[in-house]
Amino acid sequence: MSDAPELTLEEREATIGGIGTARKRKEDARFIRGKGNYVDDIKLPGMLHGDFVRSSHAHALIKSIDTEEALKVDGVLAVITAKDLEPLSLHWMPTLAGDMAAVLADKKVHFQNQEVAFVVAADRYAAADGVQRVDVEYEELPPLIDPKRALDDDAPVIRDDVAENDEVGQGSRHHPNHIFEWKVGDKEATDAAFETADIRIREEIAYPRCHPSPLETCGCVASMDAVNGKLTVYGTFQAPHVVRTVVSLITGLAESNIRIVSPDIGGGFGNKVGAYPGYVCAAAASIVTGHPVKWIESRIDNLSTTAFARDYHMTGELAADKDGKILAVRANVIADHGAFNTHAQPMKWPAGLFNIVTGSYNIPVGHVEVNGVFTNKAPGGVAYRCSFRVTEAAYLIERLVDILAQKTGIDKAEIRLRNFVQPEQFPYSSCLGWEYDSGDYPTALQTAMQAVDYAGLRKEQAEKRDKGELMGIGISTFTEIVGAGPVRNCDIVGLGMFDSCEIRVHPTGSVIARLGTKSQGQGHETTFAQIIATELGIPSDDITIEEGDTDTAPYGLGTYGSRSTPVAGAATARAARKIKDKAKKIAAHVLEASEDDLEWEVDRFRVAGSDISMKMKDIAMAAYSNVPDGLEHGLETTDYYNPPNFTYPFGAYICVVDIDRFTGDVKVRRFYALDDCGTRINPMVIDGQIHGGLAEAYGIAMGQEISYDETGNVLGASLMDYFLPTSVETPEWETDFTVTPCPHHPIGAKGIGESPNVGGVPAFTNAIVDAFAHHGVTHMPMPHTQAKVWQTLNELGLNK
Amino acid sequence: MTPGVFEYHRPNKVEDVLALLAEFGDDGKVLAGGHSLVPMMKLRLAEPAHIIDINAIASLRGIREEEGMIVIGAATTQAEIMGSDLLNEKCRILPDAAALIADPQVRNCGTIGGNCANGDPGNDDPAIMLALNASYTLQNQAGQRQIAAREFYEAVYTTALAEDELLTEIHVPAPAKGTGMSYQKIKRKVGDYAIAAAAVTLSMSAGQCTDAAVALTNVGDTALLSLEAAEAIKGSAVDARAIDRAADAAMADCEPVEDMRGTVEYRTAMVGEMTRRAIAEALSRVAGS
Ligand SMILES: Cc1cc2nc3c(=O)[nH]c(=O)nc-3n(C[C@H](O)[C@H](O)[C@H](O)COP(=O)(O)OP(=O)(O)OC[C@H]3O[C@@H](n4cnc5c(N)ncnc54)[C@H](O)[C@@H]3O)c2cc1C
Repeated sequence: MSDAPELTLEEREATIGGIGTARKRKEDARFIRGKGNYVDDIKLPGMLHGDFVRSSHAHALIKSIDTEEALKVDGVLAVITAKDLEPLSLHWMPTLAGDMAAVLADKKVHFQNQEVAFVVAADRYAAADGVQRVDVEYEELPPLIDPKRALDDDAPVIRDDVAENDEVGQGSRHHPNHIFEWKVGDKEATDAAFETADIRIREEIAYPRCHPSPLETCGCVASMDAVNGKLTVYGTFQAPHVVRTVVSLITGLAESNIRIVSPDIGGGFGNKVGAYPGYVCAAAASIVTGHPVKWIESRIDNLSTTAFARDYHMTGELAADKDGKILAVRANVIADHGAFNTHAQPMKWPAGLFNIVTGSYNIPVGHVEVNGVFTNKAPGGVAYRCSFRVTEAAYLIERLVDILAQKTGIDKAEIRLRNFVQPEQFPYSSCLGWEYDSGDYPTALQTAMQAVDYAGLRKEQAEKRDKGELMGIGISTFTEIVGAGPVRNCDIVGLGMFDSCEIRVHPTGSVIARLGTKSQGQGHETTFAQIIATELGIPSDDITIEEGDTDTAPYGLGTYGSRSTPVAGAATARAARKIKDKAKKIAAHVLEASEDDLEWEVDRFRVAGSDISMKMKDIAMAAYSNVPDGLEHGLETTDYYNPPNFTYPFGAYICVVDIDRFTGDVKVRRFYALDDCGTRINPMVIDGQIHGGLAEAYGIAMGQEISYDETGNVLGASLMDYFLPTSVETPEWETDFTVTPCPHHPIGAKGIGESPNVGGVPAFTNAIVDAFAHHGVTHMPMPHTQAKVWQTLNELGLNK
Repeated sequence: MTPGVFEYHRPNKVEDVLALLAEFGDDGKVLAGGHSLVPMMKLRLAEPAHIIDINAIASLRGIREEEGMIVIGAATTQAEIMGSDLLNEKCRILPDAAALIADPQVRNCGTIGGNCANGDPGNDDPAIMLALNASYTLQNQAGQRQIAAREFYEAVYTTALAEDELLTEIHVPAPAKGTGMSYQKIKRKVGDYAIAAAAVTLSMSAGQCTDAAVALTNVGDTALLSLEAAEAIKGSAVDARAIDRAADAAMADCEPVEDMRGTVEYRTAMVGEMTRRAIAEALSRVAGS
């Protein structure tokens, strides 16, 4: 059972292509050839198309909906309104946050572009013709746009349906436009610390409403099989199993009669976690017509109606001593959730994991208060490439630390070094209730400072300032909290946020593994195969990873919040280990050795101290032919993993900008990103995630905003205005890393997908503000468009 | 985001285009590169019943020089403008500006004629045509006329082009030796129209500016020719003071509106800054200087 010529151990390891290998992404072969299979590529026989009539007003009563002309359009089969869905109880749907959201506007519209009627037609052209001919009569109501006015006594009441309720799913509330109040921390101790501190800083810092804007918009094809009563929905779902359960709960269909399939997904970034009226209407239309029905969002629909992110209006404060040592943190937030509370957070966390606002710093006390409010804007509040409001928290603390540095006159790197949680303090219990698993923040920052010659940059900046030139250096030393999550504190509609992996080893030694997560571009087909490859000694090229079909994949909670590797990746390693345990029994049986005498060696078990061994490939065959008494045949297993804690990736980013003082143009000269995501499974995939995340961070910082005028017209909801950076605008990224393994994860991995977005945004703002710091500027609101930066230049008279 | 119903025509000859235009009048629209028209149709801001595609007509393409005139076929694409040796040598402001129009996809289809005929104040070529004092050849079944670019633009999407007319050629007086030119545009990103842009041509002789033109993009109902700005540098040595005066004049002449690109104050300031930069660059490009 030994092969000739014998390969060295290193050669055998290299053939396997396991953990640590910069292996090319397996999925790219089809993507770069245009052979991906996205929802809009799915064409079923007899398929119809649906499109929405949308509200032109932000807040209005619906007086009438006239569908007569639309129904005359050649190809239009039906126009569905709330009245038609009401008998099926489908005109409203429950949200993941315990609220209700209108599927089709019921008596009133709550935001511009809200879905009012669904036109079903033979093709999408006829559907659009029909949409144009539906006549809706409105009676306008005063709109509420500014979230800071939402709780005023005379604020217009947005949600008549819940105006009298004393809660809307997330605890008590005290105003018709109030959604929840969430407080955490020790208020008294915090107040006391502020009272006596030498130094106090306070800043209003808004994180504007932006949108994940994946390249592929949301959509679905719903197909009801009238013969067997089975509903199949192909859709852009980041969490297909959750969708199945929710569909079952809403429609009363048995879960066994629902199949949810997420085919290839062209980016999600949180946009594809929630349930949207389009899914419900397509399913209802399929049930009614007996035909498959497709619904695909346009870009404008996507940007203006499905799942925005952020819109956090924060007031942050730090108390510190004269040496810049932070004594307390306080944050007060107004969270604009739009017209319905459709944010996607674990149920117990109305403000997500915002209490990670202590960041990388050892802060003795803190207090956070978040109030969610309704406004006449599109609903949402999803985590855009972020783990549940971590981005907002990281932005706030990284800004505040910079402001504290300016106030105390301490260098912005130095103040961080003075306040970091130290390596020996891990596991570290934060004052706001988290247990940070592992980290080494000083090493990360010092490595970064050396890489960019921080001292040299500060010297250059001083010289430039003397000449009236504007150069800024931005530091961000962020800590994330990802991998939701421990079932004891994380659930979605009551479902614990575990995840899963099922592995099947075929007789000839190749593998299929299925997971409860769903890649949207993260490279799961590549990465998860590498985990199994290392665990089982089977070449990763022989391992197929499959996700997204609820009829075949084990139940899981999906992909978002950087949870796939921390949770499903752990399940994968554990499932592989269960397989390996069984394989060992089989090998012992075949080799007539004691299990205790077997040792694992890359791709085989060896009888210790001998040249007798059995390769995993051969064990696989034996599993189907020659197993010991008492052992079942086959080599398959499933693991459901409930993580004991979150994981806490971190990083140190340094950004250098030069600002054109006449135009307000910001040029990113240099961006250095050091990330620590624990064990690195595929360095190339990690780099890809960092490049993508930083590009998005750059987009957010420089030009991604969904804004509204005072009457509630949504502005900039197309790619003409909304900034999606291309290769032309995107700066160069320098990536680097340290490795601090996660102590509680089977392979020590922490997750990387979101770090660059979370840590990147404050690095940009900090750099831009830093360019103006010598003029006393402490904060500049995002996005940092030329026009806004120029505003600052003009106010300071620097553009003359 | 789907257009309404229309009928598609693809004639092979200019006469056939003219016949179709005469037949359909207001219901017909010429399709050149389609990169302004098709987005409007997808948003259903335009719903022409007949589309007359001119891309099969070879005689509408090409760039040549005759009798002191650079003649550009209306259906010449921006990519072809960028690749033209003649233009890069004699009238580089056109290829320079083309490079600032969106991305390769748009430039591979979009035409200079469509850009000039469209009537959107955001288009870049009209200001350049104003600065170059170009003229347009317009044809209908009755014959053809030549109209100065400076007479062509009336208001947003309103030009001197009649319903039954086709723009066939653009005539640009070949710039004299000693002429420098520059187009400076500030935009938010690739694919955006100008926050403000300035086209400048100037001629120098013995250290004195003998002729100049300054025109502006996207800061008014149409592209704007700023005569005052040109006056400010004519006869001067184009020193810093003259440049400042020209910038001030351009700022006084422009009429931007507030939009997602910025406030009136900002866009006006950018008119000044782009004018300044365009003059400085044009000056640096005057042969021999
Ligand atoms: C993302 C994006 C960004 C853009 N950015 C810019 C920019 O920064 N600057 C800029 O200048 N442009 C920009 N454009 C527009 C682009 O340059 C268009 O190509 C141009 O405006 C129109 O030229 P076209 O050949 O595409 O014309 P079409 O779109 O085919 O036609 C435009 C109009 O002109 C009429 N027309 C066309 N040709 C003739 C003719 N020969 N005779 C009579 N009428 C005619 C048509 O009937 C139509 O009304 C952008 C377009 C896109 C999609």
